Amino acid sequence: MQQRDFDIVIVGGGGAGLRAAIGAAEQASQQGSPQRIALLSKVYPMRSHTVAAEGGAAAVTSAEDTHQAHFDDTVSGGDWLVEQGVVDYFVHHAHQELVQMERWGCPWSRKDDGQVQVRRFGGMKTARTWFAADKTGFHMLHTLFQTSLKYPEIERFDEYFVLDLAVHDGAVVGVIALQIATGELTLLRAKAVVLATGGAGRLFRFNTNAGIVTGDGMAMAYRHGVALRDMEFVQYHPTGLPGSGILITEACRGEGGILLNKDGYRYLQDYGLGPETPLGHPENKYMELGPRDKLSQAFWQEQQAGRTGKFGDSDVVYLDLRHLGEKTILERLPFICELAKSYINVDPVKEPVPIRPAVHYTMGGIETNPQCETSIAGLYAAGECASVGLHGANRLGSNSLTELLVFGRLAGEQASRRAAQTEWADSGVLKAQADRQQALLTRLCDGQGSGEKWVDLKHAMVQAMESGCGIYRTEEGMQQSLAVIRQLRERYRQVRVNDTSKIFNTELLECIELGCGLDIAEASCLGALERRESRGAHQRLDEGMQKRDDVNYLKHSQVFYQGDGHAELRWQDVDVRFSAPAERAYGDAGKEGKA
Amino acid sequence: MSGDKIGTDNLNTKLISVKRYLPDRSTEPYWQSFELPVDDSTSLLDALNHIKEQLDSTLSYRWSCRMAICGSCGVMVNGIPKLGCKTFLRDYDGEIRIEPLAHFPVQRDLVVDMEIFLEHLAAVKPYLIDDNPVKPFDPAAPQTYQQSPAQLARYKQFANCINCGLCYSACPQFGLNPEFRGPAAIALAHRYNLDSRDHGKKQRMAELNRHEGVWSCTFVGFCSKVCPKHVDPAAAVNQGKVEAAKHTLIALFKG
Repeated sequence: MQQRDFDIVIVGGGGAGLRAAIGAAEQASQQGSPQRIALLSKVYPMRSHTVAAEGGAAAVTSAEDTHQAHFDDTVSGGDWLVEQGVVDYFVHHAHQELVQMERWGCPWSRKDDGQVQVRRFGGMKTARTWFAADKTGFHMLHTLFQTSLKYPEIERFDEYFVLDLAVHDGAVVGVIALQIATGELTLLRAKAVVLATGGAGRLFRFNTNAGIVTGDGMAMAYRHGVALRDMEFVQYHPTGLPGSGILITEACRGEGGILLNKDGYRYLQDYGLGPETPLGHPENKYMELGPRDKLSQAFWQEQQAGRTGKFGDSDVVYLDLRHLGEKTILERLPFICELAKSYINVDPVKEPVPIRPAVHYTMGGIETNPQCETSIAGLYAAGECASVGLHGANRLGSNSLTELLVFGRLAGEQASRRAAQTEWADSGVLKAQADRQQALLTRLCDGQGSGEKWVDLKHAMVQAMESGCGIYRTEEGMQQSLAVIRQLRERYRQVRVNDTSKIFNTELLECIELGCGLDIAEASCLGALERRESRGAHQRLDEGMQKRDDVNYLKHSQVFYQGDGHAELRWQDVDVRFSAPAERAYGDAGKEGKA
Repeated sequence: MSGDKIGTDNLNTKLISVKRYLPDRSTEPYWQSFELPVDDSTSLLDALNHIKEQLDSTLSYRWSCRMAICGSCGVMVNGIPKLGCKTFLRDYDGEIRIEPLAHFPVQRDLVVDMEIFLEHLAAVKPYLIDDNPVKPFDPAAPQTYQQSPAQLARYKQFANCINCGLCYSACPQFGLNPEFRGPAAIALAHRYNLDSRDHGKKQRMAELNRHEGVWSCTFVGFCSKVCPKHVDPAAAVNQGKVEAAKHTLIALFKG
């Protein structure tokens, strides 16, 4: 086993990881002593799932907009389960980060006068979402990746799968990584580690996420005792393509697209989002520009009432863009046209696009403090894998791309500050942990065991999560899902892979990812079951639990790993220092209130 | 979860042959055939995932986004470089032959070593260079550059490259000489050279204006034909030749 020493190790090469790497490099040079930064990713950085984000990145931009308004939208959008100090920091640092991206070359869409253009987005009071056509994540990721090449102190380890952290005396001391091409373990000793490993959408069968979004980093921190926070809040994006779940951006609605049921009726007006706005005149926080949780819930209600249409085996509603005209559609939404044509043979210029909700985003994650540090000293987390407290019970579209930048940079800078004051730990701990990992790998490939197959367990997991932890949930359904997940965790102990090769063994990787998924699925189910109220993306049909209950549940859930035993849940107070919980209202109902 | 997408009410079955290579078992590649149920929406990536989950879990290949934006799943389909996720089996009659991307060293099965491609990308300084900005970036009073929609439109197409590497597999010159910087790297250099905010063209031209730069290209143009994002790298390379020739002339006059 090879050992390498770095000041900072960053796990994950998506938007947050790359921004953290650049932030750390800049911070170190400001501190006057260069630091060595390792950036590990299980894929080449430009394959990371940031690439698939379409719509845009939010920041207060126009003279009429205010930080207070972005704060209020985010807090009420998250149904008051957000850390308000964190949101305050976020809205004040959002704009500078987007400008920094522009200075690095990001091809933001422009107005005729050469200024950056903004578009409307759901749940936002005004247009404040920067975009690069409908490939914003793609352009941000490539800009960050290409910019990172300027920094010789950032050493990339592409296609290295991080298996575990090494922790000693309450502080992180390094990571153990598998080089995918050779199957060899590499030990990276570090003074600080940043996790930027993305979400866990692949716990669910029907989702918009890339195959790599398997929650590995969450599981790693969780297994070392860090709480997973608010994992019951899983965002269903209202507009995924039937069959595949491929994302059709919210920007379609920001540009004026409308949602119709099978009778051609704009059903959202029946769900507290009306009155109907005139065709071609979208209005912020009305109708199609309501927040994602409400829109996905409205789909479910329409489905129950038999007012959805059919596309193949899927129940669908329709996204109609035709009135925008060919020119606007092709200029603002070219990728959507490409996707709809390729994957369901529908041309959005000519016909409404059948769509349905799909799991999209993990609001919860690795609990961090407002400086991105976890309960393990020197271990930071940023981006979708983290729960810094920005999104609460429901994320607003276009807040997460900005989050990658604001908190990626902060995590990188904090890691750099710590590394400047810390010595490397003794290598012994790292080596012992690596030996344990090697033994686990050897076991998975030894051909022994009861013949449990990872494919069977994976299918059972995604089925259980979808049936029990969907858009609407019941006590019985969640209990059943939790029981299934716990059985699967037991069966996983007997799992083996067929492929015993050391070279690019993707079966082994999928099997390891599944083990991560099962652990965090338990946390997600447990949080969902114990939260006996309805808030944001967590909606219950059970009697007496259909409303928000601030008396008992204005609390974050924290789930703690207990090895092979059952995970444990605790409750944590929420930071409500600026804005007392109020009714969350959209459409005309939201007009009077602050929200 | 693509494996369970292929249902039981399939329209028909297809025969897919995959070129396998397992270097720790044998030095020679071999062909393996699979008969698969397919429907109208089955992509090649769906088919590979079906093979992995149901038929032979040892098959290795790269994939991630399944929506033609991450650039992971390039393979040769009947000799033509394609993205697996954007290739639909409905468009093929008879046996479909799948091989790893041409012109790259094969690591295993359909997985090729992309390192040289990453080196080429890095070599052309693919980032905005503005060493003495009129208004330096100040986080306390952040200001963007101005850029008109027309200025954006000059380079936008070349910024759409997803780094999938299909154009390298299509390029006979890269096949002959892997030191050739190649279509995607040159297109990316061109993207920054055309950006109104950038002042790094001179630095990049040194890299482009040499044999392994634009001058290796013999304008076959196949790179642009196989590009899944219509980046048209051949146009970038040939516009680059004009720029490189100018660069040489200017250098001559300046002596």
